[in-house]
Formats: sequence, structure tokens, C-alpha cells
Amino acid sequence: MTTLTSTVDVNSSAYRDNRDAMLGKLGQLNTEHAKALAGGGQKYVDRHHNRGKLLARERIELLLDPDSAFLELSPLAAWGTEFPVGASVVVGIGVVEGVECLVVANDPTVRGGASNPWTLRKSFRASEIAAQNRLPLVQLVESGGADLNSQGEIFIPGGRMFRDLTRASARRIPTVAVVFGNSTAGGAYLPGMSDHVVMVKERAKVFLAGPPLVKMATGEDADDEELGGAEMHARTSGLADYLAEDEADALRITRRIVANLNWHKEGPAPDADFAEPKFDAEELLGLVPTDLKVPFDPRQVIARLVDGSVFDEFKPRYGASLVTGWAAIHGYRIGILANERGVLFSEEAQKAAQFIQLANQRDIPLLFLQNTTGYMVGKEYERAGIIKHGSMMINAVSNSQVPHLTVVMGASYGAGNYGMCGRAYDPRFLFTWPNARSAVMGPQQLAGVLSIVARQAAVARGQDYDEAGDAAMRQMVESTVESQSEAAYLSGRIYDDGVIDPRDTRTVLGICLSAVHTAPVRGAEGFGVFRM
Amino acid sequence: MKGKGRVISTLLVANRGEIARRVFRTCRDVGISPVAVFADPDAALPFVGEADAAVRLPGNTPAETYLRVDAIIDAARRMGADAVHPGYGFLSENADFARAVLAAGLTWVGPTPAAIDAMGSKVAAKKLMAEAGVPVLPEFDPDSVTADDLPILVKASAGGGGRGMRVVRELAQLKDQVALARQEAESAFGDGTVFCEPLLERARHIEVQILADQHGTVWALGERECSIQRRHQKIIEETPSPAVDAEIRGRLFAAALAAAKAIGYVGAGTVEFMLAANGELHFLEVNTRLQVEHPVTECVYGLDLVAWQLAIAEGARLPGAPPEPRGHAIEVRLYAEDPAQDWRPQSGTVVYFDIPGVNSEFTVPGEFGLRLDGGIVSGSEVSTFYDPMLAKVISWAPQRRSAARRLAAALHDTRLHGLTTNRDLLVNVLRHEDFLSGDTDTDFLTRHGVAGLAVGADETAVKASALAAALARASGRARTSRVQRGIPAGWRNLRSQPQRTAFEVGGERLDVEYEVRRDGLVTSLLPDVALVAGAPDAVTLDVDGTRRTFAVRVYDRLVEVDSALGAVSLTVIPRFADPTEQIAEGATVAPMPGTVVRLAVEAGQTVAAGAELLVLEAMKMQHRVVAANSGTLTELRVSVGQQVDAGAVLAVIEEA
Repeated sequence: MTTLTSTVDVNSSAYRDNRDAMLGKLGQLNTEHAKALAGGGQKYVDRHHNRGKLLARERIELLLDPDSAFLELSPLAAWGTEFPVGASVVVGIGVVEGVECLVVANDPTVRGGASNPWTLRKSFRASEIAAQNRLPLVQLVESGGADLNSQGEIFIPGGRMFRDLTRASARRIPTVAVVFGNSTAGGAYLPGMSDHVVMVKERAKVFLAGPPLVKMATGEDADDEELGGAEMHARTSGLADYLAEDEADALRITRRIVANLNWHKEGPAPDADFAEPKFDAEELLGLVPTDLKVPFDPRQVIARLVDGSVFDEFKPRYGASLVTGWAAIHGYRIGILANERGVLFSEEAQKAAQFIQLANQRDIPLLFLQNTTGYMVGKEYERAGIIKHGSMMINAVSNSQVPHLTVVMGASYGAGNYGMCGRAYDPRFLFTWPNARSAVMGPQQLAGVLSIVARQAAVARGQDYDEAGDAAMRQMVESTVESQSEAAYLSGRIYDDGVIDPRDTRTVLGICLSAVHTAPVRGAEGFGVFRM
Repeated sequence: MKGKGRVISTLLVANRGEIARRVFRTCRDVGISPVAVFADPDAALPFVGEADAAVRLPGNTPAETYLRVDAIIDAARRMGADAVHPGYGFLSENADFARAVLAAGLTWVGPTPAAIDAMGSKVAAKKLMAEAGVPVLPEFDPDSVTADDLPILVKASAGGGGRGMRVVRELAQLKDQVALARQEAESAFGDGTVFCEPLLERARHIEVQILADQHGTVWALGERECSIQRRHQKIIEETPSPAVDAEIRGRLFAAALAAAKAIGYVGAGTVEFMLAANGELHFLEVNTRLQVEHPVTECVYGLDLVAWQLAIAEGARLPGAPPEPRGHAIEVRLYAEDPAQDWRPQSGTVVYFDIPGVNSEFTVPGEFGLRLDGGIVSGSEVSTFYDPMLAKVISWAPQRRSAARRLAAALHDTRLHGLTTNRDLLVNVLRHEDFLSGDTDTDFLTRHGVAGLAVGADETAVKASALAAALARASGRARTSRVQRGIPAGWRNLRSQPQRTAFEVGGERLDVEYEVRRDGLVTSLLPDVALVAGAPDAVTLDVDGTRRTFAVRVYDRLVEVDSALGAVSLTVIPRFADPTEQIAEGATVAPMPGTVVRLAVEAGQTVAAGAELLVLEAMKMQHRVVAANSGTLTELRVSVGQQVDAGAVLAVIEEA
């Protein structure tokens, strides 16, 4: 057993500069999060309250067990798009009657809770998390349906929402719909496809067509309550299983529904007792250099993440640019892969492939701590088979069946993003630190490559190269790539599950590990052909 | 006295609770085997298990159990007891019982039946005393009281312990109060006879402990002052009295000895007087038994009165002169009752009970110190059937002020969870300047205001305690939750609102909002508060720059917080109210568990706010349940004789 020691000098100027820079980024992050929290703005919040209704997060707070945690996912969804930050829906993992649930709540203060393309993507991601981790899904519904201006982007893919719901049910994952307001037209299938349905008296409205459309279609006169009121659904159609007196009552009933699910985790339980890390998470702020080109020792991060700061390193003397080893977080055993000096060589790739196979043999989840500039390039490395070795690592990551968690601590460039279980490799959860960057390569490198290619083309055509144009092009490309590599941009596109405060990393991973253990944890029986 | 000279080997105690334990304690000291009798609600109380044998008296009410002469004599016979100690209350002053004990060939630990008879009727006793030259108060027939006689006190002739006692200041109330007193007396003593006396105001209750052997030696073991009373029941008693000087003591002892000799008294007894503001003494009654407050005398005289009772019953002789008194002793009676709610008796479970620093139980401490005579322990049930006294705490010290200080501190630091008690009131009285200066009379509580004296922790203390309760619960949940154990309580990556817990404290709702963030506690409850350390059972807060640790115990919805700022009892208000459990508007609910003894209204009739609906009897006290609003009584859900739980709907009034 190896207990890590700290090498962080909190009095050094580098530490202070790093910390100041990180605090600055966190300040910006809070500003963006505040936009998600503000929903549709004060005017719509007040209007909603004045109708005697609760906000999405107020509903969630009442739903959750007192003093339990709530990990909001994709809060920055739609950041940098024409749609409001948060995508008019709140998604997160919370504990209801001792059961971890995936909670989805429409934010009715944002355009009536109408879905836009990002709402859809965020909801799909929520369904995916529920399905992969076997989390009961609780939807707090109040949505005006599709945002008609973007219906073209919503209608066809949107059908997946209902497909996912019933597939979850078929896989015996409980689904609960609590209808607080509108859930009409397509939205009507949301309660329709759920295992359990609660409707709030005089508030819920669930019908395929509202009074005007019915009048147009058949000439029939009908009002909202007759067509799809909670009383009607509870007493006549049977679509509602429970008629709630008011919003709080609906949440009370929902808690009882979850309490009666007879829900048990299928993954192994955590150790009953575990120690907190020996070093202060606060120091993570000063650990990451402001310049991503400067590497840092991931063991200093691990020492602040894992139980008792105990980390038993695997192959410490081989492929030293990638740190691998065993540890535990909140009592859950994990294997960790962390970049030390950015670059992945053949040795690192082979070490990773072996380590991942070991974790699969032992049913141990994996944590990827990314800070990589990619696989090494150059004649020597190509000749030594860097493609083969990189492929082995990607093969192992792709076919690994144990749960993966990824945290992007710094750089995530090139195929390193793939090998270290980037978004496309389906980690169960992926979180980003506010300073992190992800792209095919660094902005300068990318601009430089474009410049070289253009110059070669000009030379081939026998033309003079436009140096001024080249400089302008390089600057433009650099700044575009720079902004598109940023954490908020990537988070806005739901390429991660959220940007987190580094100091919260242990807590976030603890919640995620607890969530992933709701499903069985079982390693792969086989991998793709490892090219030797 | 029969059985003279016979050595007792097995003693049946025809009583319950602390006095049974008290007698057992002496039995153990002298080598007598104790036998208990117990009613069904008392089956789990400590006294039952502490006896060598215990005999069940099936039933709940006193009449079914501790007042059953035949059953008790039968139990004594079956257990091979050779003596019976009656304790106080119940059959202790019932001459027929004493006769039955003697007729069964058993030793009766008490005065002769004739002496009991002579004193049993207060009316007759006064006559006898007057003839013996003891000063007495005049008395009136309840039916011939005139306005000039007012204010008067209606008393049960067979009474004791304040039961069946009522003050009448207006003639119009006389009939009702006499009727109530008769009903209470009938229920408590099986004898509804009452009489009236002038009500002495600003007088003190002073009594003299008598101990007499069968050979003519009578001791007067000092006086006790028992002026601090509620509803004519003593709650603080002490010896010596701060109001009694040598001259008064001389008169007191002379009158007491005269009274004892007039009836040939044998054993331990008490002669009670009122000491008027002008120094006049008036005989009240002789209690032909051991008094509740006997421990103060034991402490100061270094005696075991129960041991002497037993020894005297065995024929022993008292030495010629009593020992010299030393120091000052004060006793308080800790009751399960709510002084702020008209002394409403409480029933339920004492989930936790601990008095720190107790030096001895049921016996005189070796040196000056703290004595506890308790009827209950942690986990004991307090039923509605008997007196709700939980324990007596006695402080014995060189001076009166030091005794009061020690006792107040012990009570303040006492952990008593699960029931509302009179503890805060006792502490406040013991620390009251008028009490400390000896300015005590039977109107003390009324004059100083019960509401004020009943106040415990102040507003800041209540808020800080509530905050500590919420934080302790949060800490406990984080450690024991089914999932995510160890994740910080209430953690959020995006914070939209604080955690909220609502408590009921002292009948008021208190909302606690709190967030424990990375950089500390955020709450709207108190302006200047910081969290120093939080655990499920203790929370340390910095309140206005002062560090305080709050011990927190959670019993389901009940949260008890103890700190140097005082004990605070909180009940969690559930986040959700089940609509099917909502009480209809206009419903009148039972304020306490009890039995319906009278209905004053009928369904369908119109009632005015404040009108009496019915009378509930609990703990042998009768409580009027009145209409909260005016309107039509649409439902009356109970009938006479029905046992109801606290909170049960009794009637529904539809507002007019």
C-alpha cells in the first residue's frame, strides 16, 4: 500500500498564479451557471410563482431526500447557441427515498418549457445515462411541446424520447412521469410511455389535441379539463395513476412511488469505511499550470481524490508518461489512468491496453484523468508501430465493459482524446475542469498545419505565397479553434456532462461511482484483435 | 399495634414508582425482601423489576389496581409477606386498609387505624385539634357559604396532594367548583366529601415531621417549608424554612407534638400548618404517612425515615432526643407537565433521562451533595392513569443559597427527552431573587407569573439549537444514507436554494434554512453564526463570537438539543402533509390523552366560542375542552367513558 505524499508548495508564486487563474475561470463558470439557474428570467419566474407553481429546481428540492446531494448534469447545454443556457430543462442525479434517480425537470419559465434541439439532446443524454446505469427515471413535466421555430430539427429525432422511455421500461428500469402542467400533443406520450403517472389536480393537461384543433378536426366543442384534465385522467381515462391535490402532494406521491420500487443496486456495495484524502482538495486549484504546455504530476491530483490518498501504481517504471494504478473513491475500487507528460508513446499505449484488460478481468471501473497532447509522431515512432500500439489502447478502451469515468483536467488533443476515453468512447460520465481544452490538435499546431499545406499548394502551382493572408488565416483559425476548444463551448454541445470545480471532483466521482454501481459491474469477455 | 416486636422478613409495598423504589432501597439496606404490586401500565417501570417478587394487579385505573384492598392483601399472603408498607397516596391513609392488613396477621407499617381515622376526615381532625389546643382555621359547609366568606378554598375531606381542591372567589362559581372538587375527590379517594375554609393569601405552607415510637417517644424532626405550589400541589420543598425562627419553631414543634400526642401517633407523620403573613399558625391536617418530601428531612438529620418506620413497626425505641440538623436541603418535584399550558399533564415515553452529578439515589449522600429519587429511567412510559411525577431531585448543602445553586445547575444540565416537563420553571424559581431571599409563599408562582417562570431557552438559544438540530440531522443522514454515504450533506454543483427544515418548538413553527458550503455555513436564521464542527450527535457553533456545543439526540421526529443555553425540544414538521390526514377545519381535538367524563353539548346545537364542550379527565385532573369558534356543532365523535388519544378529533364545529 502506497500513500502518496504532497509536493505542492502553496507558497510558491507558480501555485498562487495557477490558483488565481483557476479562480478566474471558476468565476466565469459561475456566471454561466447563474444563467442556467435564472431560467427564463425574473419576470417569468415571478409569473410562475404568482400562479402558485414551483420552479423546476424547487420541485426537485422537494422531491429529493433532505440533505442529500444533487449532481446537475449538462447545466451549460446550449451555451454558445441561439438558445438559453441550460436548454430549458434541468437534468441531474438525486436521491429519492434512498434510491438514486435520474431526474429530468422542464423549466417552464423558459418559453413555457418548450423543447428546442438542445433540450432534446440533453434529454437524450439523460435517457442514455438512465439506461446505461440502470437509474430510475423521474420526469417532472411541464412543457409547451416543441419550439415551433425549430420543429424541423425536433420532430423527426424527437420520437426517440418516447422510444427510450418504453425501452427503459422494457429493461425493467422504472419510469415515473409527474405532470405539473402542459404535456400535450407529442408530449402526451411522455406520461403515456411511463410506468407510473402522477397528475396535479387542475394543473395537468394531457391530450393529443387541444380545443381549437379538436374543433377544426371534428367540430366538437370541448374544454381543456374535459380533454385532458388530471381529474379526467385519474377517474375516466386511467392515464393518471394518482391524482395529486397540489404540486407538493404530487412530489409526496412520487416519493412513495420510488419508495415502493423495491429497488436494489446490482453492482457491488462500497466499503463501509473509507478515509478522506490526506491532502486538501483546495490545493487542486494551484496545481494546474496556466499554460497547458507545462505538464503536471497527476499523482498530486490523485492524492487529493482518492480514499486515504492511497494509490498502488501499476508498472511505475514502464511507459512513465502514463500513470496507471489502483485506488478507491468513496469506498469504490477503481483503476486510474492519468497522463503525466501529455504525450503517449508505444510503451504508454501498451501499458494502458494491459491495464484496461486487467481491470476488465477484475470487474474494476476505470477513471481516466486526461491531460494529453496525443500519440507521439515522427519517423522513429511510426517505424516502432505507434499506430499499432495506439490502436491496441483504443481497442482496449472501446471494448472494455467496466464503467468508465473521464475527467478532462487539461489538454485533450488528437487521438489521445480517444485513447483516454473521450466522449465518443462512451464513458458513463465525463466532466471537464474549467481550464480544459479539447480539439484535434492545439490551435497553433492546427493553424501551422493549414499554413504549411497552403504554402505547399502555392509552391506546387508555382504561385507566390500570400504571407499577409497567411498570417490573417493563421490568426483566424487559431482563435476559432481556441474558442471551440473551450470547456464551455464543448459543454454547451453536450460533449461532456458538465464543467466542474476541481475541488468538487472527488464528490462528483463519488456520486457517479455510486450511480454506476446501480447496474452490474462486469468486465469484457473479449476484445477486438490486438495487432501485435 | 398488632405485630409488635415481630421482625419483618418480607415487605410488600402497596405503591408504585419512586416511593416503591425508595422503600425497596431501605429493604436492601436492612436485609428485608421487597415485594411489589403493579398495575398494567406500570409493568415496565423499574420498581417492578427491582423487587424480589412482583404481583400484577390487572387493570389501569387506581380503583382497579392500587386501591384494591382485597387484591393487595391477597398478593401479600401469596408472596409470604409479613408486613405491608403503603407508601404515600393510594391506600396510605385508608384505615380500612390498615385494619385489613392487621386482620390478615401482617404488620402494618404506619400509625394505628384509629389514628388514621381520627385524621382521615379533615373536618373531624380539625375539631379534635382545636380541642387539643392546636390553632385551626374556621370552616364552612359548602352549601352555606356566603359572599362575606370569600375567597375560600374547597377541599376534599379525604384529600391530599391538592386533588379535589378548588379556589372560589365569586359566589357564582361555587356550585360548579364544589361539583368538580367532589367529582375529583370521588375519583381520587373514593370519597366525595368536601368542605370549605377561608383562603389565606401570602401564607406559607409549613409542616413538621413527626416520628413516634410505640413507647411514647415523639420527635419533631424539624420543619419543612413547601410554599412553592401549583394547583395546591407542592413542587419545591425545603428544610429548614427561611421564615421560621427559633420562636416560631418553638410554637410549631409544640403544636405538632400536641397534635401527635392527641391521637397517640406512632410512626412517621406530618403535621401541616399555614404560617400567615402576621406570624399566626393555623393547623391544616395531619398526614398519617411518609411524605413525598421526606428526603430533605433525611438529608439534614442524617436519618433513614423508612428504616425508622420499619424499626418502629418492629417495636424499636427511639433515642431520647433526635440528632442535630446539619445544613440545608431543597427538593424539587420533576413533573411531566407543561406549566405554560395550564400545567397540562404529559404522557408518553421518557426516551432519555440523565441527571449529571447525582451522588446518591434514594439515600442520603455521604457528604453534602445531590440525591435522586426517581420513578422512571430512560425508556419508561408515563401513562395517563397516575400522578405524572417523574422524579424528585434533592440538593443538600451547608447553606440554603448553595443548595439552591447546585440544584438549579443540576436541573439545568439534566437531559430529559421525550416529554415536556416543569424543569425550566423549577430552575427559574430556584434562581429567582425572591426565592433566594426567602420571600416564598403559596402564591409565589401566581405572583411572579407562571408564563415568565416557565420560559427556558431564549430566542437566540432556540434558533441556535434548531440550527444545530438541522445540521446534526444533515450530518447523520450523510453518514447513514443508503447511498452516497460520505458525500457532503446537501451538496450541489449548482446552488439554487438552501436546505430547509421546519420544526415545531413551543407550539410555534420555526423554519431553518441552511447551506453548508465549501467556505462555511450560510443561514438566514441568525445574523452571526458559524459552523465549527458538526456530527450527528453534537454540533459546535460560533454564535455571536461565542463557541457553544449543542448535544443533539434525534428520536424519529423528535429532536432534543441540550446546551449551556438550555434544553430545547423540537418536533420536525414533515415536508409533506398527507391530505387524507388533514384535520377538518373547525375540528376540536383532544389536548391530551384522557377519558371523557362529561359531555356539555349535543350534536346539532349551536355553540359560542369558549363554551364548554366536554370534560376530559387525565392524570386525575379534569380539563374542560372548549369551543375554539362559534357555530353549529355538526359532529360529536365521543361519548362519556371513552378513552381518547391526544390529537383525536372530539367534535367538529361548522362556523356560522
